[in-house]
Amino acid sequence: MKRREFLKVGALVVMGTAAAASVAGIASAAQAAPPLTTLQPHQAETLLKMTRRIFPHKQLDDAPYWNVVHDLDTAAKADSSVAKVIGEGIEKLDSMGKRFVELTEKKQTAALKQIESSAFFQKVRTVELQSLYSDPSVWKVLGYQGPAYKFGGYIHRGFDDLAWLPNPPESASPKPA
Amino acid sequence: MSRFASGDNSVIVIVGSGAGGGTLANELCQKGIKVVLLEAGQQQSPATFKNEEWFAFNQLAWLDKRTTSGTWRIARDFPNLPAWICKTVGGTSVHWAGASLRIQEHEFRAKSRYSGIKDTNLIDWPLTLAELEPYYAKAENKMGVTRTNDIPGLPGNNNFKVMYNGATRVGYKTVHTGRMAINSRPRDGRSSCWQLGFCFQGCKSGAKWSTLYTEIPAAEKTGNLDLRTESMALQIQHDHHGRATGVLYADKNGAHHFQKARAVCVAANSIETPRLLLNSHSSKFPDGLANSSGQVGRNYMRHTTGSVFGVFKQPVHMYRGTVMAGIVQDEAIYDPKRGFVGGFELETISLGLPFAAAFLDPGAWGEEYTNLLDKYPNMAGMWIVGEDMPQETNAVTLHPSEKDQFGLPIPNVHYDDHANDLAMRSYAYKRGAAIYNAVGATQVVEVPPYPSTHNLGTCRQSEKPAEGVCNKHGQTHDIKNLFISDGSQFSSSAAENPTLTIVTLAIRQADYIAAQCSTRSI
Repeated sequence: MKRREFLKVGALVVMGTAAAASVAGIASAAQAAPPLTTLQPHQAETLLKMTRRIFPHKQLDDAPYWNVVHDLDTAAKADSSVAKVIGEGIEKLDSMGKRFVELTEKKQTAALKQIESSAFFQKVRTVELQSLYSDPSVWKVLGYQGPAYKFGGYIHRGFDDLAWLPNPPESASPKPA
Repeated sequence: MSRFASGDNSVIVIVGSGAGGGTLANELCQKGIKVVLLEAGQQQSPATFKNEEWFAFNQLAWLDKRTTSGTWRIARDFPNLPAWICKTVGGTSVHWAGASLRIQEHEFRAKSRYSGIKDTNLIDWPLTLAELEPYYAKAENKMGVTRTNDIPGLPGNNNFKVMYNGATRVGYKTVHTGRMAINSRPRDGRSSCWQLGFCFQGCKSGAKWSTLYTEIPAAEKTGNLDLRTESMALQIQHDHHGRATGVLYADKNGAHHFQKARAVCVAANSIETPRLLLNSHSSKFPDGLANSSGQVGRNYMRHTTGSVFGVFKQPVHMYRGTVMAGIVQDEAIYDPKRGFVGGFELETISLGLPFAAAFLDPGAWGEEYTNLLDKYPNMAGMWIVGEDMPQETNAVTLHPSEKDQFGLPIPNVHYDDHANDLAMRSYAYKRGAAIYNAVGATQVVEVPPYPSTHNLGTCRQSEKPAEGVCNKHGQTHDIKNLFISDGSQFSSSAAENPTLTIVTLAIRQADYIAAQCSTRSI
């Protein structure tokens, strides 16, 4: 996959994430995730470290990153060319000195910087971008409340609760109905 | 729902069911004129919309492959997604934010007013504001635009509070919650706004006007509408006199059908509309239909855009409530002292976390980027929408080799930013930053343009047939029963969000087509 074709990844990845999250609940998605079908344990471990370095949120534990690895596993199962890109990408990463998983975090980031324009890196980043930030457990930690329809919107849930600035006059911002 | 025979040449075929095509269909049906409305996408409804950004994107967006070229940053960030528009019943009126502003008088006189700007293909509109005013009034009433027709403005959300305080502190005067086609009170059988925050994902409360659940059902009630979904127009055909005879289209199984027509109206958005005309070339019209001027596909405009996001010490929760919750209008003026002609609006914008991660810095990764995303709850956002210059070389053309699933050339969208566009964007970024800095921003982020939502000008209206594709009624100069019925008609882009004007032109065009039918001119 070429750089930044991420908008065309398709619905499967996103829907897969949503389904996994709803089954697993928001706290421990990884424990309820199904076993890997295509990725080998070393590949999965490498991808876990890699996804942590790509979007390194310190407040997040490994669970949402495992969800990304599962989405990559799903993508690899669905398309053998994806499995090949991942397999070869990891081999390349491991051939740059020590095995990737044994590097310090700083050196892992430096190694990824060297391959950031590769199809492998772009595929992982693309899937991670859509998966990680669509994960309700991540929303909770990063402070996004997400879908509002189920509780009637934000009209009674703080859409105008900001109190550290004065309220605009009614001529600019009328009261709600 | 009515079904008209494929050989019925008394019907008007409209291609596209968005703001232009959906409105035109209803207006014609109300007058007793039979319409076949071809829509490439599927039918959704508020019940099938989802408050989830990637899901909705895949459900609603036009994802057929397109290519890009030119100096605009879109070609680098989103090479196969030049536009963020919809393929669904209701078209991009499902996705739009609702801002409903009239084009200003001086903006209709773009060439006269901006004369002397090099490397442009400016013309004046063949229309005046005075001619359009009665139709603007009808459109505002139809759409229930706030701050018109005694409809109160919407309540401002947190994102607007930040904009309002910052903007008024730097001296801006016209700052309010906008003129929005979103119900602030129940109206027209639709509820008032729930402040869901998912305007772009299809409004689940139905408070935002969309042809999907206003114009199209109203048209269906007349018995004069035959809506055919998942029907992709492939070619407009003509007879030896050069009059349009109907539209060849593919159904969802790929089977081809030909629908005869008394007249054909194209409202497929500013990329597909010229593509359909170009793909309809024939031995009589080797350069495509209605293209004797050579202007079909040219003068592509997409507004000078960009966003400014401010990070604050305290929470904002910008995603709560109306996406385009407020506006600063002071810069939407003609004042060349700023270093550019044309004006721009500043409108609040918000992105949910999934799209914030995708769009705040397309392609970014690593600690610096996640540090920014960690501050997501404390962000406020605004969008720049300004007039861009028409250039003949900014064009939708047919790709020389790549074909779509129907074997037709895909479109390439070429856009070079004009020096005037660059000067305006740079100035607008600074003004946006000043607004947020005035209320204590700890960080201000200049965000590059998103894929284009305002696609304009590729089959423009012109007084002189050599300078454009259609007249002031959208009727093509070359073929009198072929009409342009969407934003492709725009002679200039103006600073305003285009939907209100697209709807206005559609209402006006319906009157014209009905008159042409009654005098048997078409």
